Amino acid sequence: METSARASKRWLGVAFALLLLPVASFAGVLADDRADMLYHRYDGGGVTIHGPSVLVRKKLAEKYAISANYYMDMVTSASIDVEVSGASEYKEERDQYSLGLEYLRGKTTYNLGYTNSKEDDYQAETTSFGISQDLFGDLTTISMGFSRGKDVVRRRDTVTDQIDPTFKEPIDRWSYRVGVSQILTKSIISSLQLEVITDEGFLNNPYRSYRFINPTDTRLFALAREVYPRTRTSNAVAFNARYYLPYRAAVHGGYRFFTDTWGIDANTFEAGYTHPWGPWTFEVGYRYYSQGNADFYADLFDRPNQQNFLARDKELSTFVSQALSVGATYDFLPSGWRFIKKGTLNIRYDRIEFEYDDFRDARFALLPVSDPNFRAAGTEPLYTFGANVIQAFVSVWF
Amino acid sequence: MRKTKLFSLALAALVLTGCGNIEPWVKPYERQALADPIMSFDPNPVSTAYLDHVFEAREGARGALGSAGGGCGCN
Repeated sequence: METSARASKRWLGVAFALLLLPVASFAGVLADDRADMLYHRYDGGGVTIHGPSVLVRKKLAEKYAISANYYMDMVTSASIDVEVSGASEYKEERDQYSLGLEYLRGKTTYNLGYTNSKEDDYQAETTSFGISQDLFGDLTTISMGFSRGKDVVRRRDTVTDQIDPTFKEPIDRWSYRVGVSQILTKSIISSLQLEVITDEGFLNNPYRSYRFINPTDTRLFALAREVYPRTRTSNAVAFNARYYLPYRAAVHGGYRFFTDTWGIDANTFEAGYTHPWGPWTFEVGYRYYSQGNADFYADLFDRPNQQNFLARDKELSTFVSQALSVGATYDFLPSGWRFIKKGTLNIRYDRIEFEYDDFRDARFALLPVSDPNFRAAGTEPLYTFGANVIQAFVSVWF
Repeated sequence: MRKTKLFSLALAALVLTGCGNIEPWVKPYERQALADPIMSFDPNPVSTAYLDHVFEAREGARGALGSAGGGCGCN
């Protein structure tokens, strides 16, 4: 017994020594131990989504790090799609758990991740692997990653409000990422990211319909279930840079180009300014996004089954979204307290405006024809809406 | 043909030697500004992940955001 205990101790000692060995040659550093508790709220277009998100990460022996995240969405939706379909407001909840592991060896960091997201009618599981390497005196960091996702789409019967046991469709997802982060000068850092994503399976929303001109009265429309292709591959490339201003403030800018096999092309521009002031840090930002519609999208089809694929999802239409953001961080524990090294209180507000070019407010064609506000299908005003997004969170470093 | 091969070989050798000899033009002691938290690309991952999700659920574009991505369940 004693011998075996001694042997175990010896093994532990060897293992411990092995753990310590590479420490001397460490060049990379893992992020600090940290916990974040966030409350988020989205309110716009008849949809309210709010809930918490908790993220904790902890280093072990300076070469491993573990992170865990719990995220929840509580949704109340009476969006324009819900109204046009004639359904009533619905509520649902989404719970998401993520777990991440990092291993640092020399200048290389390996990471593994797992995410599980659950709703009554939708489940998603994603596993990811990534590697990043510091090069050229740590001026450059290259990274590569791969994710594999498996989703299951279910449908709730709108009459009985029960999950339809006959409807169960899978989606397979693959994502490949490469990135370079580059220090350009003493005050400029930049990054270039590239990501290819392929999906295969049931890619449309099982509740959403497209609309077509009602053959019995061309001023009205009728609805039918959307039909999407079963595959989609997208490419996105993004460039971002941050510049340190001489008086301790930072400006940042970014651009992303997106294109996919459904015919959507999109451009995203972002710019922002960060200004510390005593224990405070203030941020302002602007984001401009525009996209062209998918090949099989139409606001109003001439007839049912007009083409192989039919969609009227406003996310696939031609539109512009603009967002303005303001944020403030207050460092409430600059010199720490017990085991806590630092703590911040953060608040951020984003106002997003969506303006659609080929998605009309079909509610006007649902009014009685005698109503002065009635508009014939295809002549309604274009849809537009604004959203308020609030985040309030506490962060502690320990 | 032979010239092209030689040229390619010379070019490859040049590139490889170049890689080996790249001197960091920003020395470690000159990176004080870059190490300032205000220069972080992602100072608050919990907030970034949330906002990425907000946009991804409402826009056609996706990816190249620097996160692991995928499986947002936002169909």
